[in-house]
Amino acid sequence: MTLTQDGAHSSVDAPAQKRGMNLTLRIWRQKDPSVKGKMVTYKVTDISPDMSFLEMLDVLNEQLIMQGDDPVAFDHDCREGICGMCGVMINGEAHGPQQTTTCQLHMRSFKDGDKIDIEPWRASPFPVIKDLAVDRRAFDRIIQAGGYISVPTGTAPEAHATPVPKKDSDAAFDAATCIGCGACVAACPNASSMLFTAAKVTHLGLLPQGQPERDDRVVNMIAQQDLEGFGGCTNIGECSHACPKGISMETISRLNHDLLGALRAGARPKS
Amino acid sequence: MPLELFTTGEPIADTKAPTDVPIGERWSERRFRGRLVNPANRRKMTIIVVGTGLAGGSAAATLGEAGYKVTSFWYQDSPRRAHSVAAQGGINAAKNYRNDGDSVHRLFYDTVKGGDFRSRENNVHRLAEVSVNIIDQCVAQGVPFAREYGGLLDNRSFGGTQVSRTFYARGQTGQQLLYGAYQALERQIAAGNVEQHARTEMLDLIVVDGRARGIVARDLVTGEISTHFADAVVLATGGYGNVFYLSTNAMGSNATAIWRAHKRGAYFANPCYTQIHPTCIPVKGDYQSKLTLMSESLRNDGRVWVPKERGDDRDPREIPEDERDYYLERIYPSFGNLVPRDIASRQAKNVCDEGRGVGPGGLGVYLDFAEAIERLGRPAVEAKYGNLFDMYAQITGEDPYTVPMRIYPAVHYTMGGLWVDYDLQSSIPGMFVIGEANFSDHGANRLGASALMQGLADGYFVLPATITEYLADGPFEKIDDAHPAAAEALQGVQDQVQKLLTINGTRTPASFHRELGKLMWDLCGMERSEEGLRKALDRIPEIRQEFWTNVKVSGDWHSFNQTLELAGRVADFIELAELMCVDALHRRESCGGHFRAESQTPEGEALRDDDNFAYVAAWEWTPEGQPPVLHQEALEYEYVHLAQRSYK
Amino acid sequence: MAKTNSVFKKAVMAVSGIIMVLYLIAHVVGNLKAFSGREAFNSYSGWIRTVGNPAVPGETTLWIIRIVLLVAVVAHVWAAVSLWRQAKRARPEGYVTKKSAAQSYASRTMRWGGVIVLAFIIFHILDLTLGTVNAEGFDSTPYDRLVASFSNPVVTAFYAISVILLGMHLRHGIWSATQTLGQSNRRRETTVNLFALGFATVLTLGFLLVPFSVLFNIID
Ligand SMILES: Cc1cc2nc3c(=O)[nH]c(=O)nc-3n(C[C@H](O)[C@H](O)[C@H](O)COP(=O)(O)OP(=O)(O)OC[C@H]3O[C@@H](n4cnc5c(N)ncnc54)[C@H](O)[C@@H]3O)c2cc1C
Ligand code: HEM
Ligand code: HEM
Ligand code: SF4
Ligand code: F3S
Ligand code: FES
Repeated sequence: MTLTQDGAHSSVDAPAQKRGMNLTLRIWRQKDPSVKGKMVTYKVTDISPDMSFLEMLDVLNEQLIMQGDDPVAFDHDCREGICGMCGVMINGEAHGPQQTTTCQLHMRSFKDGDKIDIEPWRASPFPVIKDLAVDRRAFDRIIQAGGYISVPTGTAPEAHATPVPKKDSDAAFDAATCIGCGACVAACPNASSMLFTAAKVTHLGLLPQGQPERDDRVVNMIAQQDLEGFGGCTNIGECSHACPKGISMETISRLNHDLLGALRAGARPKS
Repeated sequence: MPLELFTTGEPIADTKAPTDVPIGERWSERRFRGRLVNPANRRKMTIIVVGTGLAGGSAAATLGEAGYKVTSFWYQDSPRRAHSVAAQGGINAAKNYRNDGDSVHRLFYDTVKGGDFRSRENNVHRLAEVSVNIIDQCVAQGVPFAREYGGLLDNRSFGGTQVSRTFYARGQTGQQLLYGAYQALERQIAAGNVEQHARTEMLDLIVVDGRARGIVARDLVTGEISTHFADAVVLATGGYGNVFYLSTNAMGSNATAIWRAHKRGAYFANPCYTQIHPTCIPVKGDYQSKLTLMSESLRNDGRVWVPKERGDDRDPREIPEDERDYYLERIYPSFGNLVPRDIASRQAKNVCDEGRGVGPGGLGVYLDFAEAIERLGRPAVEAKYGNLFDMYAQITGEDPYTVPMRIYPAVHYTMGGLWVDYDLQSSIPGMFVIGEANFSDHGANRLGASALMQGLADGYFVLPATITEYLADGPFEKIDDAHPAAAEALQGVQDQVQKLLTINGTRTPASFHRELGKLMWDLCGMERSEEGLRKALDRIPEIRQEFWTNVKVSGDWHSFNQTLELAGRVADFIELAELMCVDALHRRESCGGHFRAESQTPEGEALRDDDNFAYVAAWEWTPEGQPPVLHQEALEYEYVHLAQRSYK
Repeated sequence: MAKTNSVFKKAVMAVSGIIMVLYLIAHVVGNLKAFSGREAFNSYSGWIRTVGNPAVPGETTLWIIRIVLLVAVVAHVWAAVSLWRQAKRARPEGYVTKKSAAQSYASRTMRWGGVIVLAFIIFHILDLTLGTVNAEGFDSTPYDRLVASFSNPVVTAFYAISVILLGMHLRHGIWSATQTLGQSNRRRETTVNLFALGFATVLTLGFLLVPFSVLFNIID
């Protein structure tokens, strides 16, 4: 595999056993939050279709390090689609052309000669740390505002004391699968975190254990989401299409329902 | 045993479990005898918790609730991403909801036996007792466990047991349990009881007058290296399976925190005990960065086979029945495809070593559902395994409904870890170790669905109860950066980071990691032999030497530098790998996940040597160049009788 | 905070939108009176000004309607603009490349479509209610103004474009309102969508009927 940056020097060392793909990558490079970033072009060659997207970036980075250049920073951890750490815009789509996480996207989704634009999630509550890595702690603060059930350790009643209809528990599970990746925000034209918040409100709101705090939860989480600087939801639906866990738009309707009910019932945010 | 590899020190023992009362009363007796800290004093005590997985997350939340001032560290951006999130199968608990004869005692018994009699009875019994509280706690937090139509919790059965005691949330149990702990933690952060340090990596332990008093950590975003002090330090940093480079662990999973604590005096117990999971998606190419687990439940219906002829590279569908070797069914007629993890893994390795492996590099065996699809119909197979089949198709680009899956074993879990007593305190007073990072409950082999149980037992229930005994003597004298021990630790970390950046050699950290991993997999993996381990022990110091003279790390340390992070972790993996090989070499028996070629029954099964090896090997670090010191903790079995496993 | 959060704004938008929609239903029915001829149409226009007399004096009912509509428009536009600005703040730096996977044309044109509809409403009032921009002037009868306007193909085209945009706005808006008010779910999804589509189409055609009938001299 060979590489050129900005066409500076072209592939000289390739006794080309061209099995794989040759691709042109345009990647957002930004040293830190204080400086302006720009798209930089790289070429990678001989990329196997079996590689994951992140493995393709690994290959690029190994080369960059050996050239003494700064490798491209990107977030990742589990590489099996569950931790929610990875996530970049690929040709204008959050997590790329398939409805999955970036780490589970494989290069067979691309073809030889493709140009691929890679950008970080863009939203002011998700400031860029470096290159493709952004800070998503705003999500944690939304959870802090009420995305939990208050049950100090050791105070729980016997688990079978409260049966939960299977239908509700299954629906709660569906919503609870949100991995907090931020693709919904990235894809939403309003940069709204509504789908993320709605997933948690739905998960806890469907369970009997979640009822006592239901009104306060939704009011406070929405207040926090606005405070963080996310956009408002205008029901565009890009989020759900981009969501690797397929969180449905129904959760947003449910949140709206809960919120309007809570406001009517007099619930007000804490701060 | 040749002297140069290690020396033997004083035996050690756990002195905290009250063995003067029957095993069923020991845990409550321990809590009763332990001193408490009154609520007013708790506010004056600080506790550092490193890690926010099931163990660390639940501990930090619980200690915060209890009124201590907790400082929490983790290397990802959010606590919700700790690797516990990836656990699929489920969590055990002795609830006996199925009325199938389960009990605390049976869970205790199964776990001791499953661990191949290399775990401590007292700890395991407590784990079984606490298991029932975990389920209550998690349900109350809103963990959406699978339920039956009547609205009650569902259970499934898992390997190594005859009862159904595994609670699960589809294939995402770890995720849901972790979110419960994470939400509880965020609640405490919001309440001001827990101070948070996201994207911060612990790089050293600060020990003052023999007590653990703080850590040195690097903020991965700003690069700032700083000290943090507390009255007690809790490590919950997970397992070290990434020594093998390819494993089912997350890319960032590391041994750095426990290894550096080890170098500060904490004993490392049973480092060679690693678990290799039989059903993972095989390696594809050199670029491969990690392995993905496929749930073991697939072996319920899939049939494992390889071609009879070596080097047969025909399309599997074109290989006629009589040219296939269903080797598990052949060797283990009564258990067939359902033999335990270690056996299934080892046999897969054997057939591949014979040259009969399939797929790229010949490292894979078929897991074939053709027969199941014919017998049950495709819709039934889809209903049972749809998610897994989709995941397989996503990763491999092959359709497992029409082409047999290919699977291969992969490193999955490490039973070894820092040595702790019944109170979960390490050999350094004031440092506690919980979750996969300690060695405590699984002996030489962990049963499915019991790591989650242990992590949460430690974090929610055990540590918060036992740590008070230590803290009752606190708060301890205040220290700051000016203290020589702190200054020395800080300087040491800075020097190391600086050194990594100045070597400017010709190999990337990842290339060293790959080389080390392959060596460990080949020589200290599924099967270990005297010869292989000696070879590894010759080679590892060379790798270390080359690493410290030829690694290339670009960038600087006062900014976000992922290459630098990796380099530091690889440096620790290299050292740990050496200790793992020493441990594996010294343990001339086979037990659980540790299979020594020299110690097998005539049928090729693992053969324990209880007379000589019924002990925990706790290793003490000695300064560079000196061999490690072995401290033995004898294991006694009062309640479970030693017996040989058999699955024929 | 509670009152101005983004969901509250959306609720304002939904409720004001629904009020406007109700008016439009009445309005389209009224417009169709044009087919019954000049007298019928003018007397309908007169009726609306005197309805409720003598219980309520003069044009009370009409003014109540006007005030409600004005409040609705202002609230609707306020909410839309403020959400729009919030969205701009939330993503000051756009993507170099951005694709949309889910957005229908209707949902993408909500904002600019809305602005055009508003411009249309202003023009429309100047044209047909006040007559200030109408060829027949302000002292003509409504029917004359109507015929005068729509005899001009340019005006008719502008009406047509605006009404089609309005139709699209409502096609997405009605679905959106059920979502905003928390009334949609997977089960109702298809029904709501079909209703929104059907309703928007009928309303649009209803509005288009009069201008084109004038243009093609079916009404004169
Ligand atoms: C794919 C997979 C499937 C599994 N399935 C099951 C199952 O079905 N049932 C079961 O019982 N077990 C299962 N296990 C095992 C189980 O998930 C783990 O053993 C358990 O979750 C470990 O939890 P932990 O809290 O100890 O550590 P982890 O969850 O690994 O958490 C480690 C924490 O420490 C932090 N950390 C690490 N190093 C540092 C450092 N140097 N500085 C600062 N912070 C640090 C991390 O940020 C993280 O927060 C599975 C494991 C894997 C890999
Ligand atoms: C294209 C078909 C339309 C026709 C033929 C039409 C016709 C008319 C006429 C004749 C009047 C004057 C009534 C009177 O003064 O008595 C009127 C008023 C009005 N129309 Fe329309 N209209 C059309 C579309 C619309 C649309 C699409 C809207 C809104 C989006 C609208 C909103 C109004 C309003 C707000 C008034 C003023 C009511 C008042 O305050 O008196 N019209 N229309
Ligand atoms: C300046 C004028 C207008 C602007 C800027 C505007 C803008 C918007 C926007 C941005 C939405 C939200 C889109 C979404 O939810 O996806 C909306 C919704 C809606 N609009 Fe308008 N609009 C305008 C005028 C009108 C008019 C004249 C009507 C009716 C006659 C109307 C009816 C509706 C309805 C019913 C909704 C649905 C409410 C909801 O989304 O909850 N709008 N509008
Ligand atoms: S809702 Fe979906 S896209 Fe948004 S954070 Fe959760 S998983 Fe990611
Ligand atoms: S795309 Fe955005 S506008 Fe709402 S429905 Fe999704 S958050
Ligand atoms: S790296 Fe964990 S979801 Fe992609």
